[in-house]
This record gives sequence, structure tokens and C-alpha cells, in this order.
Amino acid sequence: MSSAVSAEARPLVEMLAVDKDFVLGGFWKKTLSMRALSQISLALHPGRALAMVGESGSGKSTTARLICRASRPSSGDILFRGKSILDLDRKAAAEYRREVQMIFQDPFGSLNPALSIGHHIARPLRIHNPALPRAEVRDRALAVLEQVGLHPSADYLARSPHELSGGQRQRVAIARALSVGPSVLLADEPTSMLDVSVRLGILNLLQDTKEQRQVAVLYITHDIATARYFAEDTAVLYAGHVVERAPSQTITERPAHPYTQLLIASVPNPERRITPTAARRAADIPIWTAESRGCPFTSRCPRASAICRETLPPPTKIDASHVVSCHHI
Amino acid sequence: MSSEPLLSVRNLTVDYVTDRDVLRAVDNLSFDIGRGEVFGLAGESGCGKSTAAFAVARLTRLPGLVSGGKVMLDGTDVLALTGEALRAFRWASVSFVFQSAMNALNPVIPICEQLTDVIHAHSKVSPAEARARAAEMFDLVGISPKRLDDYAHQFSGGMRQRICIAIALCLRPKLIIMDEPTTALDVVVQRDIIEQICALKDQFGFSVLFITHDLGLMVEFCDRIGVMYAGKLVEVAPAATILKAARHPYSAALGRSFPPLSGPRERLTGIAGTPPDLRHRAEGCRFAPRCAKALPQCLTQEPQLTSLDAQEGVAACHLL
Repeated sequence: MSSAVSAEARPLVEMLAVDKDFVLGGFWKKTLSMRALSQISLALHPGRALAMVGESGSGKSTTARLICRASRPSSGDILFRGKSILDLDRKAAAEYRREVQMIFQDPFGSLNPALSIGHHIARPLRIHNPALPRAEVRDRALAVLEQVGLHPSADYLARSPHELSGGQRQRVAIARALSVGPSVLLADEPTSMLDVSVRLGILNLLQDTKEQRQVAVLYITHDIATARYFAEDTAVLYAGHVVERAPSQTITERPAHPYTQLLIASVPNPERRITPTAARRAADIPIWTAESRGCPFTSRCPRASAICRETLPPPTKIDASHVVSCHHI
Repeated sequence: MSSEPLLSVRNLTVDYVTDRDVLRAVDNLSFDIGRGEVFGLAGESGCGKSTAAFAVARLTRLPGLVSGGKVMLDGTDVLALTGEALRAFRWASVSFVFQSAMNALNPVIPICEQLTDVIHAHSKVSPAEARARAAEMFDLVGISPKRLDDYAHQFSGGMRQRICIAIALCLRPKLIIMDEPTTALDVVVQRDIIEQICALKDQFGFSVLFITHDLGLMVEFCDRIGVMYAGKLVEVAPAATILKAARHPYSAALGRSFPPLSGPRERLTGIAGTPPDLRHRAEGCRFAPRCAKALPQCLTQEPQLTSLDAQEGVAACHLL
């Protein structure tokens, strides 16, 4: 963990031009596949959070699955501390799994209802430190439960998941991830299943964890307001493409890509009233394939022109930290 | 919403009865909804907002039990309906749009049949007429009538929710209850659908009981909002003032639970603690254990909503 703190300038995790294809169907030699991610490049830095925002199906969770090695990229590379994670030997893979931990959306599904909270925390500790004495495992489990705000922590060890509220369960899931001292957290919609009143508590806990432990966080969400609240940087995904990337505040205040602008304009805003609008036949999000051409947002874009149908817009720098992929900026 | 309200709920009480205890999920709830008005019920999960809506639509099932109160819809005593009158009332007078459109639609029956089923159940029309009405409803919600014979899985999440709205609308009910209709959807689709509901409301003049946990959306869409906590209505106010000038500390705290899209990035706290266990009710204000401003009397005396007619809003709190 200590090395993560010192490596401020170098990213911990880098995705380099990653594509991911999924086979949808077809038979014999003709398979039909869709491109879930196209040329994704991003970096996670220690002590910083990158928010990935986009609608369902845009590739947010696929990105997390690639980083945690649950799935392999079709092309491109993923680096951890400068080294590729695609071909690790057994030992290195185990160590990588300790370093990169996941927090899932559903704290009701991600904890085993038959096992105690203590077991959930102790299990990863034992797997990654087989020589650790029993008493030490217990001490570390107690310490990490205390850190996530479940005190007195000794009360929680013997309890079952069903005895806890959604917010408390999500704290257990975070404690489980933190127990092995990871340097990267992949949080996939960690608050969207939780009640509104406890969401901020979980986000604040992740915020403190990020700062105190200097972990790098990938925060996957469809809620651009919490992205701005929690994450330093935001990447906007559309049909598997990063269409805009900037500091979170820039994204919400000066969105440059037409999709980001639509997204921001759609967020509920208590300062306005809904304008009645008759039914529109909304254009569907395209299914992207390796052969698709042009900009994926063309079918819904108010600025679309001939070039948008032909050529994929390259990432263009508006300023040092603001990158947009659009022909019309 | 001039003289007579469309819906008038008085002292509605709903219990969940188990072998061991009785849990009062909705406790003495009273509110009105005017004609053409959009009334919102806000609150955390488990506060009783859906239970109340189910009771109004006469959909409460055991172990739920409506144990008191009166619900009047346009002169009809809803809770007194039985038999054929109840069957005719359901869906024709009050219809429902549920949260999960995928589960609300039958996956093995073409969509068209699910629309015409409702029409046939309430009026004597020929199959061709029913189909024509279904096609008209599809058109209204922005889906091509060519897709009438498709199945639920062939539609996107947003389209499925539009189909549910079409089914809810097809008997021209006076009141549509929408229970988290857009929670599972993307914000862009959510806005499309809410704007469309607004246009349909202007066209057909129905009223809406809108339930969501998203206060931002609620303020934008509703005329008036009621905030529920642990089965009690704690505040009713016009949508325009409920966030800016919340009277009840719970409404204020709920308003502060959403990070804003603009303004300074500052740390927000949410609401500490959890709602009370309704099986073991303590005395006093139910929010008192989580309330930063609680007074000694808050722990012993339960505050009541003063009046329902006040235009500027009312709240049940000792601090006022």
C-alpha cells in the first residue's frame, strides 16, 4: 500500500485502447458480435476517483469487469503499476486480485445470507494471508468494521446479513473489500440500491477511504450529480465509447459533447417545471459492431451532419484536462 | 383544484397483521388530490407511501389490512365497494403504473392482448374495435402500432414503461397512481416519459398520485407534495416551497440528501440513523431520535398535522 501513496504522478491502472466484443449469436463460421467497448483509454490515480457515467448498456460494468480480470479485452492492454495484467502467472494474479477489490450494487445479493459478517471479512483475509494467526484475523476484521462505521464492531461479527439494513450491509461489503488492503476499488453503482437517506453516508465513507488510504477508485454510476459530488474526474460513456472526459465540475458546468449536454439537461432540477411534450419516437441506441462507422450518437444528435455518419470523431483536447469526441466543437 | 377535490383520503390506516404482532404501516393518513392535480408522496423505503397508494386503489392484500379511514373518489366511497362494483371500479376509475415494467407485463402474451384484455373486461366492444383502441393508445405514447403483436422482451425498458402507461390510460381513469414509474430508467428516458405524462394529463385531465424517492423529480413534476415518515404524513406543501422552505426537519433533511448539480462542492451529511421499527412504537414524534433539533416534548408527545386546507402548507412538528 505504501508504494501506492508515493506514486502520485503515475497512474495505478491504465487502460490502453481497449476493445471488447461480445458474441451475440449466429452459427457456423458466421458469428454475430457486438462491440461493448471501443478504444477505451483511461487511467486511475491513487487518492482519486474516476466516475464512469452512462446509460445502462453503455459499457460501464464491462469496463470494471475487464479491470478486475473477470473478462479479457478483445484488443488493447490494461496496465497495473506499468505492467500488463493480461498474462499473469498464478501468484501474480492472486496478488493482483488482492490489490483490486470490487464493491457491488446489491448488498442483498453480494453477501451470503447463510454466513456471518465475521466470515465475510475473515475469508478474504485468510485467502490472501494463509499464515495469519486466528487472533490476528479477528483483530483486523474488528478494525476494518470499525473503520467503516459499524461500531461496536464486536457486535457485528456474529450477526447475519439479514439482521442488517441495506446501508449497513453495504458498509460490510466495503469492509470486506478494504480488509486486504487494496490499492484500487471498483465500485459499481454502490449506492443505487440504497435508500436515499443513507446514500450520502456511503459516499462519504468511500470519500474518506479514498483520501486516507490513497486508493484509486473507479466509480460507476448513472447519477451525474453523485459523480460530481464524489469523483474528481468524470468520463461519459455512450454505446461503448468515451465521448467526453474532464474534471467532474467541468462536465456539469461546461458539457461540450451533445450527449453530455442532453444528460445534464435531463437531470431532475427542482428549479424548473416539467414542460408537457407530446410523445416522441425516441431513436434507439445503436448496437455497435466492429464494422460500425461514424459517431455512435449520430442517430440522436441535433448537430449531426454528413461527416458524423462517416467518420468516428477523434478525441480532441479542449483544454489540458477536457477531452471531447465530437466533430462539431 | 377549485371546490371539491377528486380524491379525499381521511384517517386512512393500514396494518400488516402477522401471527405475532400488528405493524401499522399507514397511520391516520389524510390528504386531498384536486382534479387535474399531480400530488406527490415522498419518503424513505418503508415509510408507507406504496402501502397507502395500494389501499386507495383497493389493491391491499393480506397480510395487509385497511383497518380504518375513508377514501372518497368523485363521490364514491372506495373502501365500501364490493363485488361487481369493486371490479368495475378497479382500473376504470383508478389505474396504476408500477415501478418494474418488465414484471408488470406478461412475458408470454403479446402486448396487444394485454391492452385489449383491459378494454374487454370493462366494455362490450368487438375485438376489432378493441384492437383499434389499443393501436390508438400505442400512438399516444409514441410507439408504432405496428409493434402491437410484439412481446414484452422485444421492447426497451423505456418503451415497456410507456406500454404500462398506455394500459393505465386506456379506460380514461380519473386518477392514475404512479409508483416510482421511472426509477429503473435512464435520466434521458425518464425526462421524455415524465414530459409525455404531463402532456397526456393536459389532454385527458386525469389526476396523478406520484410516488418516488427522487425529490428533485417530484418538485419538478408535482403541484403539491406530502412527505411521509414511518407511516405518518409529516408535511404537505406546494412543490415550489417544499425544498426551499421545508417546515418539518425531516423534509429539510431529505432535501439535503441529494448532491446538487451546481454550486460549491461541499460535504453533505444525509440523515443519520434509521427509521423506527414500526412493531415497537415509542411515544412522541417518530422522527425525534434522528432529529437534530428535538426538544424534550418531542419524545413524549406526538405532533399532529394542524389543518389540511392551508394553501401554504402544513407540518406536524412541535418546533413550529
